[in-house]
Amino acid sequence: MNQTAPAKPRTPDEVGVPDPFQYMHPVMKKNYGGWDWHDRPQPGVLRHVAKSGDVIYTVRAGTQRQMDVFTIRKLADIGDNFADGHIRFTTRSNIEFMVADEAKVAPLVAALEAEGFPVGGTGASVSMISHTQGWLHCDIPGTDASGVVKGLMDMLHKEFVQEKMPNRLRITTSCCQINCGGQGDIAINVQYTKPPKINHDLVANVCERPAVVARCPVAAIRPAMVNGKPSLEVDEKKCVCCGACYAPCPPMQINGDDSTKIAIWVGGKHSNARSKPTFHKLAVANLPNNAPHWPEVKAIVGRIVEAYKSDAKHWERMGEWIERIGWARFFEMTELAFTKHHLDTWTGARKSMNMSAHLHF
Amino acid sequence: MRCGEGTYCLLHSFISMYSYMRLGGRQTFVLNKDPTQTDEQDGEPAKHWKNYTQPGHSENWEDTLKDSDSTDDNSAAGENDNHPTPMLDQLEDGPWPSFVTGLKRLRDKEDAQYSPMMNDLLGQLNHSYENRLGYWKGGTVSVFGYGGGIIPRFSQVADKFPESKEFHTLRVMPPAGFHYTTDLLRDMCDIWEEHGSGLIAFHGQSGDIMFQGCTTENTQKAFDDLNKIGFDLGGAGPALRTAMSCVGHARCEQSCYDEVRAHRSIINRLLDEMHRPALPYKFKFKFSGCANDCVNAIHRADFAVIGTWRDDIKINQEKVKEHIAEKGRKYTIDTVVSMCPTRAISLNDDDTIEIDNKSCVRCMHCINVMTKALSPGDDKGVSIMVGGKRALKVGDMMGIMVVPFMKLETDEDFEKLEEFAENIVEFFGDNALEHERIGETIDRIGLPAFLEALDIDVDPNMVNHPRTSSYVRTDDFDEEAAKWFERKARESGLQVSAE
Repeated sequence: MNQTAPAKPRTPDEVGVPDPFQYMHPVMKKNYGGWDWHDRPQPGVLRHVAKSGDVIYTVRAGTQRQMDVFTIRKLADIGDNFADGHIRFTTRSNIEFMVADEAKVAPLVAALEAEGFPVGGTGASVSMISHTQGWLHCDIPGTDASGVVKGLMDMLHKEFVQEKMPNRLRITTSCCQINCGGQGDIAINVQYTKPPKINHDLVANVCERPAVVARCPVAAIRPAMVNGKPSLEVDEKKCVCCGACYAPCPPMQINGDDSTKIAIWVGGKHSNARSKPTFHKLAVANLPNNAPHWPEVKAIVGRIVEAYKSDAKHWERMGEWIERIGWARFFEMTELAFTKHHLDTWTGARKSMNMSAHLHF
Repeated sequence: MRCGEGTYCLLHSFISMYSYMRLGGRQTFVLNKDPTQTDEQDGEPAKHWKNYTQPGHSENWEDTLKDSDSTDDNSAAGENDNHPTPMLDQLEDGPWPSFVTGLKRLRDKEDAQYSPMMNDLLGQLNHSYENRLGYWKGGTVSVFGYGGGIIPRFSQVADKFPESKEFHTLRVMPPAGFHYTTDLLRDMCDIWEEHGSGLIAFHGQSGDIMFQGCTTENTQKAFDDLNKIGFDLGGAGPALRTAMSCVGHARCEQSCYDEVRAHRSIINRLLDEMHRPALPYKFKFKFSGCANDCVNAIHRADFAVIGTWRDDIKINQEKVKEHIAEKGRKYTIDTVVSMCPTRAISLNDDDTIEIDNKSCVRCMHCINVMTKALSPGDDKGVSIMVGGKRALKVGDMMGIMVVPFMKLETDEDFEKLEEFAENIVEFFGDNALEHERIGETIDRIGLPAFLEALDIDVDPNMVNHPRTSSYVRTDDFDEEAAKWFERKARESGLQVSAE
């Protein structure tokens, strides 16, 4: 297939997961497994103290995740000129510079800020949005990722560089309902609103029809002859417009101006701290996919963030705050509608209903 | 956004051609989509949000678009063969680093092999923004010896943007814990400038370094050079996927096991399942050093390893007093005592605290708040949860607790963990249906059958509460109860008559 590959390809060295100790800051390597406590001297800066008495300072900064080599080299230069040449990334694509000398912290922070990398993302802040590939690289996206995230982070920049939220606030975005962005205190996800539009001329040649039928979560797809050609048809009364059939069968186009909308979900949490981990829950659907700025989405995210910030107690995450104040109050404070679509209808839905006389007024 | 409003009328007519490419001995063909399709458009957009104005951004981006044909301020001086990118240009101001500005730096780099590719890539991305559609299709591209790890992308609008017609991603496994040196970053940049687009993402949602934008021809060369500096491809398709581990032991006092060793030993032992995809569907491992679960293992991993401990939380009462003196007694009651999920903490009259460790569930909250005063106990180890995944297709699942505690200190402990991981992956390969994640398999066969197949003893920590349904056949209840009592006796060191 690869016509231009060398005649004798090099045999790969299947090294697997690289050993990180060769890249790790020497103080971290020396004190591996031997740390005692930590604190945060200022937003964006962590201080970890080892049982040996050694100290390491970490300065955390936001990046655009999708980085050109010039940006990466600029970060490498900062790492050499102002830090100790060792960096790491967090799961939310923030970069961390480690320094053993406290005197290096302030110049390092200044150098990052001067080059346009916001220092923050620690403690009770809004960290970088965990996101996906979108139009830049995905084969089934309903919207973009890096672009709309850039717009949202511009809006939330202030909450990244300070620690003024009740607890950490984690936001995710996803370009389709597969939700690669994951769970979040606020999750901003594509939500399809129309059944797929099928190009019947192509289905037989492009799609493994039984696999597509099997992929449907509500058994709404069945084989059919259309215009004399073997194809698939969708029972539109059953269809939940999830887009699961689109990936294995591109002629079942799920995206479109009339179909691709944005839904916002709240109260997802990964950590086990205090309450058990939770999934996010629907706050609002059917927002327009107005990239690049998503003004309607931003307005509502802004309102949810403000309501949480003004009303939650210290250490309460979004979902814990809502559980305390009740959903009625959440919808009231955020001026969002509660509709029949907020009532779950999926397997196990009954467990999400209030089967008690506990009420919020 | 409505066709009647001018700009986006172009939407449908632009999409005149799709090309679905399936390489690897399958089929290649082109189709013409009916350009006259008319869709009923939605009426008015919802009106239930407030107007939100943001400083630094024009709200009237549609107007910006209309007079966008004029100039591109960011083009190289003197000549301008650059695609206009009016939509993307709006993503360059504001305080957050702009990936669009980065893409333009690559486009504008003189004499770079990737510069024409990035010009067309920007053109295609702007085209997506205008039409609100993606234009990439998958296919099959691989490197010698591997069946996965490359994400092939072929453009469906290559007639307009030919230089980025192939824009594949190499998924490359990062060092466990995401540690790098600046020299290593520079080496990666040099390789990617030579063979790829110059665009790298640290990191994708599965944890890979994503080297984004490579021609089919250069994929092998890029991989060879990355492989020579000690890096290997990650997972894609129905296979073992790239794993993630938190910073853990390297910098965190809350870490309860050696995440680097667990991560590397499991993945490197099962590497064949990553590089030669042969599983029913994807299988993901994630490693978090404590229940704060910084790599989101419970939601996102088929096999989540979470650090924990069995003995008492360690308390430094002097530091407790200092914390209370600094933060206040009421604040400490509100944020520590009252927030304990099992009401296991009480504050004494002398500003020391008492913890009922038998009731503590190791949630990490009090330790997170009082980082100097409290820390995990000494008898550390791991919990293992199996079956986390996102929506497709039965709905969201979190991992189920299947191993509440396992020591992880000695070579034998690690060998035991590796074997357990290998057994689970083998069970998954043998028993899951096509396109079924292991969480769905467990739901289909029931947790008891899964535990029996893997020789795991049942434990009350696996459930929120025992069953509430009476529809179960229990005529061997006494035998099962006898097993439980025998096991309990063995665990407490008593002689068991059967042995």
